Amino acid sequence: MLVQEFLANSARRLPDKTALVCGDRRWTYADLDAMANRLANALTNLGLDRGDRVVIQLHNTVEAVVSIFATLKAGGVFVPINPTAKHDKLKYILNNCRATALVVDAGLMGSGQDALREAAPSLKTIVACGRGPASTSSSGTGSLFTFDGIQAGFSEAPRPTVNIDLDLACLIYTSGSTGEAKGVMSDHGNVDFATSSIISYLENVEDDVVINVLPLAFDYGLYQLLMTFKFGGTLVLERSFMYPAQILDRLQAERVTGFPGVPTLFSVLLQMDLGAFDLSSLRYLTNTAATLPPSHISQLREKFPGVTLYSMYGLTETKRTLYLPPAQLDRRPGSVGIAIPGTEVWIEAEDGRRAEPGETGELVVRGRHVMRGYWEAPEATSQRFRPGPIPGERFCYTGDLFRMDAEGFLYFVGRKDDIIKSRGEKVAPKEVENVLHMLPGVSAAVVGVPDPVMGHAVKAFIVAGGPPLTEAQVLAHCRAHLEDFMVPRFIEFRDALPTTESGKVQKRGLV
Amino acid sequence: MTMSNGLNDCSTQIRDYVARNLLFSDKGFLYGDDASFLEEGIIDSMGIIELVSFVESQFGISVADRELIPDNFDSVNKLNAYIQSKLS
Repeated sequence: MLVQEFLANSARRLPDKTALVCGDRRWTYADLDAMANRLANALTNLGLDRGDRVVIQLHNTVEAVVSIFATLKAGGVFVPINPTAKHDKLKYILNNCRATALVVDAGLMGSGQDALREAAPSLKTIVACGRGPASTSSSGTGSLFTFDGIQAGFSEAPRPTVNIDLDLACLIYTSGSTGEAKGVMSDHGNVDFATSSIISYLENVEDDVVINVLPLAFDYGLYQLLMTFKFGGTLVLERSFMYPAQILDRLQAERVTGFPGVPTLFSVLLQMDLGAFDLSSLRYLTNTAATLPPSHISQLREKFPGVTLYSMYGLTETKRTLYLPPAQLDRRPGSVGIAIPGTEVWIEAEDGRRAEPGETGELVVRGRHVMRGYWEAPEATSQRFRPGPIPGERFCYTGDLFRMDAEGFLYFVGRKDDIIKSRGEKVAPKEVENVLHMLPGVSAAVVGVPDPVMGHAVKAFIVAGGPPLTEAQVLAHCRAHLEDFMVPRFIEFRDALPTTESGKVQKRGLV
Repeated sequence: MTMSNGLNDCSTQIRDYVARNLLFSDKGFLYGDDASFLEEGIIDSMGIIELVSFVESQFGISVADRELIPDNFDSVNKLNAYIQSKLS
């Protein structure tokens, strides 16, 4: 199945059902399908060809939902990026994937469309959403459009399908050890398979109402949308988890049944008095990104009696990889489970053997959710995605170290490379160090330090060889150049960094 | 609008705290007092937890779960009004 059919099929089957609740507004499947058709017609008229990339930098809004499906309906490939990504990162991604269109919050456009076009010559079309400086611009160039203008001016007639399920559906950028983000290529078949597998173990049904507070640019957030539209449920889309009581009010009012979260979110919930809310509609909670501390698992089960808790693990390169069948939670709270339905995993020891129970090795994944590789990065692709014995098949070597117990349940041990997994997002120390090295005279080493809730927290060791620096100046610089989750939580100034005999920084000596 | 000294003092402390500890800026708070912390990206979900701890310790008040809502926390003016109402 093509990913855009998740929406189109539900719109045919359940046209008047509420598909999306966002703020105080609601949209039916028919509404959203028509909106996506209008934007798809606009993108096509403005020169989008099959396979062209459309970068989407939006908060969790109806415009983001419509843009994702419109891109696919026009035969394009959507590329979601975090709204907190800064100009340099946006520029890098626009150029890396040679995007022909950008859909962006008007308020995020920063220095304006001329600067964006100069930064990314491949851009033909910019669509500005919401209120902000861009929407009031009269635009002499003719290729800056507003989302609302397109909705008023283009036909809602569906476009003929131009792609097949081997075509790419999306690129999701993720950090790599070289410090440059790489776009993970998913074809329609990958997304279709992964969503079906997850829907099957969560036992989702049409009556499910899922609340999503995670960014749609984060694949865990994105898949809440894709899955819900596939099974014909209702998605309650929230911008963030900043105001937890408001989220719980919403959960109560919308009779939410599914609540996906990450460890930081659950630790906030555990500190609240939940007795003030009627959460009786809730059927399941899911956790991924980092393993929940066992004490949090038991507290969550006390606070949410009768609610099923799923511990899960994944990486963008295969979407979801493992889940712990809820019946196992009491026996093995530290495990993230077994392969998701229809897939296979094993642990490979350093000598290439399949590891014995208790032995640590690299997790290897086999299945139709193994994505197509990294966009125009053959070397990185060949390291991560290696051929299997059946011609054309590829296994994903995750770079994550695991061990297995005697009954085959898996436990996360750490990373094979120096990538930090913080709040569920991969942070390449190199990417943060590159930004720190922009400060005059600075040499820096970035590591992950264990954090009970976030998995790891980013810590920077800094030698200020130039003008005197304060912690606040370093953090301000990082915030100006890095996404929120990459900004170091801890800064420590040192007189020197330990080095190896060859002069490379020796990070092991730091922590 | 005229403000009592108490109100002014509170806003100044909020602005200084947000600028220094959440924006990491030594140039002060460069937004209006009505600027939405959420819309402008001034505070993220980690920042709000730090802001609540600051408000509780600095002004000696206790923020109930139900009070942590945008109406009370989403701008300097809203937060100032909330603190004043808790103090009075």
